Amino acid sequence: MEHNLPDDPVIEFRNVAYVLPNGQPLLSGLNLQVQRGETLVLLGRSGSGKTTTLKLVNRLLTPSSGDVWVNGAPTANCDVIRLRRSIGYVIQEAGLFPHFTVERNIGLVPRIEGWPAERIHLRVEELLQLVGLEPQIASRYPHQLSGGQRQRVGVARALAVDPAILLMDEPFGALDVLTRDQLQREFLSLQQRLNKTVLFVTHDLREALRLGSRIALMEAGRLVTVLPPQDFLRSSDPLAAACVEAFGAGLDSATNRGTS
Amino acid sequence: MNFFHFLLQNHDQVLELTLEHLWLVGVSTLLAVLIGIPLGILSAHWPVWNKPVLGAANIIQTIPSLALFGFLLPVPWLGDRADRLAILALTLYALLPVIRNTYTGIRGVDPAVVEAGRGMGLTESQLLFQVELPLSLSVILSGVRVAVVVSVGLATIAAAIGAGGLGEFIFRGLAMVNNQLILAGAIPAAVLALSADFGLGWLEKRLRPPR
Repeated sequence: MEHNLPDDPVIEFRNVAYVLPNGQPLLSGLNLQVQRGETLVLLGRSGSGKTTTLKLVNRLLTPSSGDVWVNGAPTANCDVIRLRRSIGYVIQEAGLFPHFTVERNIGLVPRIEGWPAERIHLRVEELLQLVGLEPQIASRYPHQLSGGQRQRVGVARALAVDPAILLMDEPFGALDVLTRDQLQREFLSLQQRLNKTVLFVTHDLREALRLGSRIALMEAGRLVTVLPPQDFLRSSDPLAAACVEAFGAGLDSATNRGTS
Repeated sequence: MNFFHFLLQNHDQVLELTLEHLWLVGVSTLLAVLIGIPLGILSAHWPVWNKPVLGAANIIQTIPSLALFGFLLPVPWLGDRADRLAILALTLYALLPVIRNTYTGIRGVDPAVVEAGRGMGLTESQLLFQVELPLSLSVILSGVRVAVVVSVGLATIAAAIGAGGLGEFIFRGLAMVNNQLILAGAIPAAVLALSADFGLGWLEKRLRPPR
């Protein structure tokens, strides 16, 4: 067994299936590796199994068969609380605790990990700066923030104890176009500095092409193909081609409106 | 202004019976909270418990109060002292709103927030005490408020089995066909109920999570 080689997968799905208790399969025969430092984007329409795949990593869901490996060990053998605290988790609308200030939201995991108050305070300041927020925001409540600010706080919270892995479930999905564009740009520059291993769920091809080092296309609980963005655009796979086609059609029809 | 005259003349007794009344309501509410909140949490987290717990509390609620006081009278230890018995009966009646609101409050917490917490690595008890309970506190408190207001009224009946409280005036007044005596019990009881309603309502608003 080789360990800690640069191309050693940080997350690995080995023939994973997930079936609901009522017998409905959500995911089948999934084999996928996420390499250290890469941003792997799970792309697909709703119901294709992207979010299910993500939740199998931090064991919010348990595979019905097969194994998920994280950092060279099957997650089934890990202490689930330790596992989750070692993985940052960002969801749409950020999932911030409405009764906590920004500071307490970001500092929650450090606090339950027993960090001294002063260290938490410094860490919160550092993280706010990292995600481009003013330090004064620390004492505000989530409902007093804009959607973009909330999402930044969500990212800061996920980074609190400096996990090597980030799971992001449509983190920018609920934002307006301009804010989303800005956050995507910041995500890229952040990722250049932090070099996290990121598993990113989206249904937006533009986002996938922009952020992903590889794109995993999913459909009806199956992995269709995994390609780097450049190859995805030229892929002969019918579904990938259909995605690119639909994406292009939107732009084309917009540009051509009124001209014909 | 005979009624106020009466209150002034008997202020010692009015005060004593009011305190007795508060004691009955206070202790029974405390017990109902201590029993009802854990039962509400239980039925919110394990749906199998939902029906039996809420069903039992519902059935208790349907027993006429005077009958319940009477049923409990021959029970050993309990029957020895009327206030024990009254407190037990009031506790049983207060359970339903407390259990039901705890259940509703916890089930009403945004599932995305709970899942975010779980995904971050909070243990189930950390989730309960730091997320679910704080976010459902105002709903739980409104159940307590209903329980208190109902108990203040119900506790007047406890005088029928000799447990004291403002019901003493009411029953005495009924027996003597003396309206002033009835009012001397009913009005302070109404004032108690209204102030509890107002005070707990205020607290409930303060504790409502921002959104």
